[in-house]
This record gives sequence, structure tokens and C-alpha cells, in this order.
Amino acid sequence: MAEQTMVATKHPVRRPAVHEWLRVKKKFPHLWCPGCGIGIVLGGTIRALESLGYSKDEVVMVAGIGCTGRIPVYVDCNTLHTTHGRALSFATGVKLARPDLKVMTFMGDGDALAIGGNHFIHAARRNIDITAIIVNNAIYGMTGGQCSPTTPLGKRATTAVYGSVEPPFDTCELAKSAGASFVARSTVYHVKHVEQMIRMALEHKGFSVVEIISNCHTYYGRINMEGGAVEMVKAMREKSIMVSETMDYEKARATGKPYVIGVLHRDTERPEYCELYEQMMQEAIGRK
Amino acid sequence: MSTVKTGEPVLLSGNEAVAYGALAAGARFYAGYPITPSSEIAEVMARELPLVGGKFIQMEDEMASLGAVIGASLTGLKSFTATSGPGFSLMQEHVGFAAMAEVPCVVIDVMRGGPSTGLPTKTSQADVMQAKYGSHGDYPSVALVPSSVLECFTLTVKAFNISEKYRVPVVLLSDEIVGHMREKVVLPSQDEVEVVDRIKPTVPPEWYQHYQDSITGVSPMANFGEGYRFHVTGLTHDVYGFPTEKPSEISALLEKFKNKEIHNSRDLTMVEEFCMEDAKICIFAYGSVARSARMAVKILRQCGVKAGMLRPMIVWPFPKIPVENMLERANLVIVPEMNVGQLRKEVERLSNAQDKIHGINVLDPTFITAEQIVDKVRDLRAKNRRTGEYIIG
Ligand SMILES: Cc1ncc(C[n+]2csc(CCOP(=O)(O)OP(=O)(O)O)c2C)c(N)n1
Ligand code: SF4
Repeated sequence: MAEQTMVATKHPVRRPAVHEWLRVKKKFPHLWCPGCGIGIVLGGTIRALESLGYSKDEVVMVAGIGCTGRIPVYVDCNTLHTTHGRALSFATGVKLARPDLKVMTFMGDGDALAIGGNHFIHAARRNIDITAIIVNNAIYGMTGGQCSPTTPLGKRATTAVYGSVEPPFDTCELAKSAGASFVARSTVYHVKHVEQMIRMALEHKGFSVVEIISNCHTYYGRINMEGGAVEMVKAMREKSIMVSETMDYEKARATGKPYVIGVLHRDTERPEYCELYEQMMQEAIGRK
Repeated sequence: MSTVKTGEPVLLSGNEAVAYGALAAGARFYAGYPITPSSEIAEVMARELPLVGGKFIQMEDEMASLGAVIGASLTGLKSFTATSGPGFSLMQEHVGFAAMAEVPCVVIDVMRGGPSTGLPTKTSQADVMQAKYGSHGDYPSVALVPSSVLECFTLTVKAFNISEKYRVPVVLLSDEIVGHMREKVVLPSQDEVEVVDRIKPTVPPEWYQHYQDSITGVSPMANFGEGYRFHVTGLTHDVYGFPTEKPSEISALLEKFKNKEIHNSRDLTMVEEFCMEDAKICIFAYGSVARSARMAVKILRQCGVKAGMLRPMIVWPFPKIPVENMLERANLVIVPEMNVGQLRKEVERLSNAQDKIHGINVLDPTFITAEQIVDKVRDLRAKNRRTGEYIIG
């Protein structure tokens, strides 16, 4: 489509960022269900990276296993598709070895908070300069709709046939209390906001977490009778409240809306892990 | 290099020698989780790596440790971790990943008594099969076994060299005795250490295939952040690294894994033959147990018995040809092991006269002594003098 435009016009037209960054020829069509919110996250990520002027060579995308975990394979940068739950451990190795590279991880809610929960809290505790994008669709998409640590109490899944009896995690609260120095939330309804949150996370030095509420209409929507992609995404508008100057986080939470979105926590004082390591190393060498 | 002195005698433990060997091989990244009897390796690396601009990190568990090691290796740093049985079990997921994604890395397993938490401070050789088959699926396994402090150094260097050369995870199977005993050693200087680095691509990025087809199973490897922008996955992949379900591409990949062992078998065979020229009674021993076996051979020789020892320093791939040669000439083969007979079964598989192969299997933490091996030989000879089965002497 974009290539045709280039041929048709005399003046070269700048292709949209997504075309520059995607492995268009090699990897498409993608594997996601039509209407899946993960595409919004991918688009927002690329636009955020492009707007900040990152080159494809300096970006490393690391992912776990799941529908969300398939994001990096479509992007023309350094990409690493790891094991279920452990993306952050691989990313920690990449970042510590090459602090000059921009490292991002992509994980589903099960990936990040169930099997990968330990790696998640420890990456946050270290405050290592990695941007962790967590796509929360409140279910295991890839394996066919089993319940996850973010499935709301009472909601159904193929392994919570009569409704879940486990209270869910609040991803952002967990990240914040574990030490992440930038925590934000958005939803795939808020397309521009997704991009903005990712951009701010990328600009932040330290462990930054962006939780993006997404729709898995194929499983969650169907099992819980919440409709298809359109209905689910529309409902996100009603269920969200954005923090702002007049609406602080506590006030927003008090409204009882399920998704408080925006930048929920930012700490620019907390030292970043790779910088501390570098300092320690220089001191050790000096002492030798 | 490291702060240890080279070219003159120093007193070192096996674990310390592993750490210095890794540094000499060029290791600049360590991620690990503490566990007895391997922790000294982490402690030396925590002290030495920052001094040479390297990176050390204590991770939250062993899965994370090997994950971080693989991540760092993908940026071009020689990377490794050290653990013992319980941690080695947890690492298996990523041993398989490293094999599948062909990422060089070294795992030091200082064996202790198992199963489970077992005997943290006592020795064992019970992880031999885990080093071969620990992760799921068929993948090339390489494992080296040191039996002295000096070998902890030299075989660690060798482990890194094999790993870089063939793009495979390599296991060094040390054990509590070798790891904790101290010996006087003279370490080679850095110039005397042969160091092998991974082959880098010479083609421009557009032509680059991260898993280029090759008969020897080895393809050049670019690093992250150098303009090649390749994809790495644990899924079955094509030559570029992109996931595939095409039968022809899958079989090509698995064939390539097999070829790593088949086409490099000479390079991946490393044995010591001690008094084997005319030996009729052969002891097949490895690791710390080989120390007792060597002593047993000396005692038996003094008694006029033609004994010898075959000692593999690389146990995986299994040293088929040297073992077959041994089986051909030996009247009696003794395989002493600190397990139920994990490698004895491998020896038996190559033999058509299995009744001449006998194990000495000690599962409690009392070590196998030279006397036990000598006694075993004496008992078997006595028995056979009656039946007249073996002619030994
Ligand atoms: C060790 C391991 N256990 C289980 C699985 C199976 N598995 C694959 S993806 C997945 C969960 C996916 O859910 P989530 O992380 O929420 O991501 P989504 O697919 O919803 O994006 C599971 C359990 C696996 N691949 N590896
Ligand atoms: S299963 Fe759910 S999460 Fe996965 S692609 Fe389909 S809609 Fe998206």
C-alpha cells in the first residue's frame, strides 16, 4: 500500500513509521485474531520509538511466550523471543552487557505476573533501565482462555468454569511497591494515549512499566459474554478514568472505575541499576 | 587478566580454578544464584569481573541466571553461570533454549548428593545423565569432567572454546570433591592459553542468515546491536531465525544439531589413557573418582596385574571410539561411579560381552577409594579363577 503511494507520486512520500519498522515482507500476515488489541500496542510502540528518534539497530525487543510475546518477531530491530515468563531475565542480561542499547520487554499478564512474577518484582527492585510493556487481557490468550492472575474475581475462564475465586493482582500497584520508578496504565481504546505512555516510559531512566488493558474477545469476551472486539473496546471507555491535574490518583481510584489510566507513579530520584554498577566498577578499579 | 599469579605455584581450590579459567577464556559476564558447593565460583567472579570491566549479577533464581547469561551472550560477551544439582534442574529450560537458539554459554555444575536437596556438602556424580538429557527434545549436549584443580582451569577454558566454536551450551561437571579440594598448581600465563572466539559474519546485513545451513552444523554469529537485526526464538525456526512449521525446514534444523556432534566428533573427544598399552583390566573412571582409580592402577601394577585406566575428560558426546578400543582388549572393565551406574550403562551399550563390565556404585557420601577398586578386582579375579572365564595377569 505504502509502496504504491511512493511510486504514484512524484515527490517521495515519507512512509508511515510502522512500515519502516515492520518486517513487512518477511513476516506478514500476523497471527493475531482480527480485532485483537495487541496490534494497537505494537503500533503505539513503533510510533513512540520513531518519535523519539531511536534507530532500529539500537533497540532490543525481548518477549516471553503468549500472544503478546509475538510482538517482536514483526519488528525490524534486534528481537529475542524467550521462554514463558522469563523475558525480563534475558533482558537484564542484554541491558547489563550493553547499557547503551534501548531494551524493551513485551509480556502478557500471565507471562509477567504468574510464571514471571518473580523476575518482574526483581527487575523493578533493581530499577534496571528496561521498559516493560504488559498487555493485560485478563486471560491466557495463546493457550485458549485459562484464567490468569489478573482475571477479576467471579469472571469466567476455561479453568474458572464457575467464576474465578482468586482475587487479581493490580499490575501497577505491584510494580510500584516492588520499586519500578515509572508506572503507567492505558487501554487499547485510548490509542494516542497508549503511544504517549510508551513514549514517556522510554524517556524515563529506570525500570518503567506500562500496563495496557487489552481485549481478548476470542476467549475472555466470548466466555464472559462481553461481546466482540468492538463492544469490548468501547466498554473500556466507560470503565476508564484518566488521572489529570484535577483528578489525582487517589481521587480517580475512589470513583470505583476499574481502570485508572495515565502516569500513576514516577520517581526520578531512585538510582538506576546499570549506572550504579558502572560507578561501583570504576571505584573498584580505582582501588586496585 | 585476573588477580591470581601465573607461572608460579599457587594453592587453589577447584572452584577458584574454574573462575580463573573462565577469566582466562575471556568470560566477561556472570549471572548466578548461590548454592553449595559452587558458591565460591560466584564469589571470585563478583570480585574479579568488575576489575576487568566485566559484569556480575546475582539473579533471583537459576532460570533467571541462565536467561541473563544467554541475553548477555547475544550481545557478544562470553557468559557463564555456576550451580549445583537443584539449580541445574531449574536451568534445564534455558539449556534447551540455548541449544535451540544456538547461543554460546557455559554452565558449571558442581555435583552434590541428590535427588532433591539431597546432600549439599557431599560429593556425587549423579548429574551425568542430566547433563545429557536434562532438557526436553533432542539437542546436542557437551559435558566436560575435571578431576584435578589444574583441570578445573584448563577444562573451563576448553568449555568456553567449544561453546564459542560450535554455538552450543557446554556443561562442566565438577563435583564437591574436585571443587573444594586444594592443590598446588602453576597456571599458564594469558599468552599460553588458547582462546577461541565465535565466528563473525563477513556478509552485509541484508544477506545475513543467523542460522546459515552448514555441514559442520556451525554458522557465523552476529551480535545484537551491530546492525544485523536478527530474530532469536526458542520456536523451531528457519535459517533467518523466524518461526517455521515447514517439515523441510524443521528437519534441516534438527539435522544441523545432530551434525554438530557427528562432524566434530574428533574435536569433541578428549580422553586420558593411563597404563593402557598392555592393560587387560581396565578401569573406566572420570572426575574425582578417577583419582582413586589412578591409585588403584598403580597398586595393581605393583602386584603384577596388567591394569590401566581410561579417563574421559569429555563425557558427552560419549567417547565411543576409545571405549570400543578398550572393550576390544580388556578382559575385565570396572566402572566406579558415585551414582547407580549412569556411564556404566553407556559402556555396556557398546559391548557385546556385558558380563565383563562391572560397576562399583557408591551412593552414600563415603568416597570410592583405591582400595575398594583393588578389592573389587581381586574378588572378580578370584571368582573367575574358579570358573576359568578370565585370563588375567
Ligand atoms: C513453561 C511453560 N509453561 C506453559 C506454557 C504454555 N503457555 C504458553 S502462553 C501461556 C499463557 C499466555 O497468557 P498471557 O501470558 O496472559 O499472554 P496472552 O497470550 O494472553 O497475550 C501459557 C501458559 C509455556 N509455553 N511454557
Ligand atoms: S487469542 Fe485473544 S489475545 Fe490472542 S490474538 Fe486472539 S484475541 Fe488476541
